[in-house]
Amino acid sequence: MSLPVGHYQYDRIDRDFLQARIAEFEGQVNRRLDGTLSEDEFKPLRLMNGLYLQLHAYMLRVAIPYGILDSRQLRKLGEIARRYDRDYGHFTTRQNIQFNWIRLEDTPAILRELAEVDMHAIQTSGNCIRNVTADEYAGAAADELVDPRVHAEILRQWSTLHPEFTFLPRKFKIAISGSPNDRVAARFHDIGILARPGEDGAPVFRIFVGGGLGRTPIIGEELFDSVREEHLLATLEAIVRVYNAHGRRDNIYKARIKILVQAIGVEAYREAVEAELAQMDLERYRLTPEAVAAIRSRFAVPLLEAPSDADAVLAEQRRADPIFDRWVRSNTHVHRDPGHIIATISLKPAGGIPGDATSAQIGRLADLADAYSFGEIRITHLQNVVLGHVRKDRLRDLWLGLAEVGLAEANIGLIGDIVACPGLDYCALANARSIPIAQKLGARFADTALQAEIGALRINISGCINACGHHHAGHIGLLGVDKRGEEFFQLTVGGRAENGAAIGMILGAALPEDETVDAIARLVDCYLGRREGGETFLDTLTRLGHEPFREAAYETV
Amino acid sequence: MKLFELGERTAQVHDVLVTVAELADRDDARAVLLESADDPALVKPYLNRLELVVLRFPIFRDGRGFTQARELREYLRFSGEIRAEGHILPDQAAFLRRCGVDSVVLPKNGNGDPALWEKQLRQFPVAYQRSVLPEWSVGPGLRVEEAS
Repeated sequence: MSLPVGHYQYDRIDRDFLQARIAEFEGQVNRRLDGTLSEDEFKPLRLMNGLYLQLHAYMLRVAIPYGILDSRQLRKLGEIARRYDRDYGHFTTRQNIQFNWIRLEDTPAILRELAEVDMHAIQTSGNCIRNVTADEYAGAAADELVDPRVHAEILRQWSTLHPEFTFLPRKFKIAISGSPNDRVAARFHDIGILARPGEDGAPVFRIFVGGGLGRTPIIGEELFDSVREEHLLATLEAIVRVYNAHGRRDNIYKARIKILVQAIGVEAYREAVEAELAQMDLERYRLTPEAVAAIRSRFAVPLLEAPSDADAVLAEQRRADPIFDRWVRSNTHVHRDPGHIIATISLKPAGGIPGDATSAQIGRLADLADAYSFGEIRITHLQNVVLGHVRKDRLRDLWLGLAEVGLAEANIGLIGDIVACPGLDYCALANARSIPIAQKLGARFADTALQAEIGALRINISGCINACGHHHAGHIGLLGVDKRGEEFFQLTVGGRAENGAAIGMILGAALPEDETVDAIARLVDCYLGRREGGETFLDTLTRLGHEPFREAAYETV
Repeated sequence: MKLFELGERTAQVHDVLVTVAELADRDDARAVLLESADDPALVKPYLNRLELVVLRFPIFRDGRGFTQARELREYLRFSGEIRAEGHILPDQAAFLRRCGVDSVVLPKNGNGDPALWEKQLRQFPVAYQRSVLPEWSVGPGLRVEEAS
């Protein structure tokens, strides 16, 4: 069997391991059913295998390590959606997929089906090291320095059933990128890693620690500038060991590593990590070039061949078809190979539910990946899908194929590309529904010409202060609050997760749900009326400050 | 008290078990109890006479004991017995063993069935990271299995 492009190929030993994990989980379910395990004991065990109990049903979150799937795996997800859920799946901001209507008794069967295609739900929840996320353009983007996926796979393996770090104070999220343009929100993770080439050919890693959103949004601080590859695992062990020993366990809202880093300061944290490293047997933890090479050899590299006129063909097609041209402008990114291009497929249709895809769409995406991108699919942390290696002269055919299943929306990075948490439609924690307001905003700004005119503008919506919709990091953020049974939304502006990470600033008192869309429209009008030259929303906001936007948002007619 | 051995070392019963604070005044003590908040480095001056360190888990979700065990083995080179007691689950058997714990005090409820602990120790044929145990590679990459 040929190796998959973009992700690690399992062998028999990896598959045996997955089967053992399923058998273990099945035993845990049985012990819960016969009463040997209490619900309090079972809950963390089922969460560590991705199984939540939501408002109306169980939800199973399936891991998509570093966001990469092959078409065979994606087809399987579509089949599971059809057979065990309500014919759709929901892609998440951690590059995973959630099935929202699962029966507990079906779970072992679903896990077995997933294992047939080397997939699982390990550590997609729980107070452990979660699924590692990576740059959605990894191995493809022209601006990339190091393809981070081999090291993302190393981190996936290292963190899998880690004996010391499976009962941490709280969940622990790691993201890795190899581009100077941060597309993983590195500074909003417990650990954010930026790889770059080192002098000896092996990469070196810049490590941020203690970032996060949630109730207490904090921008991660640099712990080390240049960790050598051989010390990557030792360094991560030391960082997590300090956290496991000293992170707070008395209050779950103060248990993340960011609280510990803030409490003692990043210098003291660095000293503590260095003290661990000084005592550790570094040879034992050494990541050898041989181990890296062995894992790298389990990844296939796409053979990028394109006709010499591929670029010219695309240019001509764009001239001939302005609607296609608009999609190319918003939904593609420069590939490292001049004959290829990166295509982002929006899962944000106007008026639709951000991140949802039907099983028919999922199946079609798998077919299109086979036809146009070496069978490789990437899920983005902004809840979209990427085909990473599309020949330029075939891009229009791909776009036509996408249009047939309603996936040709031209809004990536624009106001319609909304990130939203599941909210009160699914989640027991939520105070407000995130999906309906996302749908209303999507419908309000449905006109793709208007979206292109507005330009780069991200809206993030969270249904409660746990901030799963990352509202703090949205250029415009919405936080749902409950006021005596009524849904209100608090607006923030100026957040960003990319380079120059910033936390959005609250504009003022929360607005009733039915006034929120109009208020955002006034914010946008304020920007359009006052922008200069090629300014984006964030540029104008930076130049003018918040006041004009606050006035616009609260202006009453 | 029923003991279960996670590995080769035979669990020993000690009549005198003291806290870290009491260690200095009790020359006869060969066994010490560490609470999950205690720093294992505190036992360093007494390592040559200690035969047993007991790690108490207040609740199975409190994973500090795993780090304490590793610090005892890796940093302090403690070569005596390490035991876990308190609220622990058989699902943690291999994790405890891989962090250097030799024995457990079996819980007095359904979680104390030795068959469950035995089964869990054999659940996974390989691991994806090094532990304190002697192991060899079953590559490619990071995978190891216990050297037998």
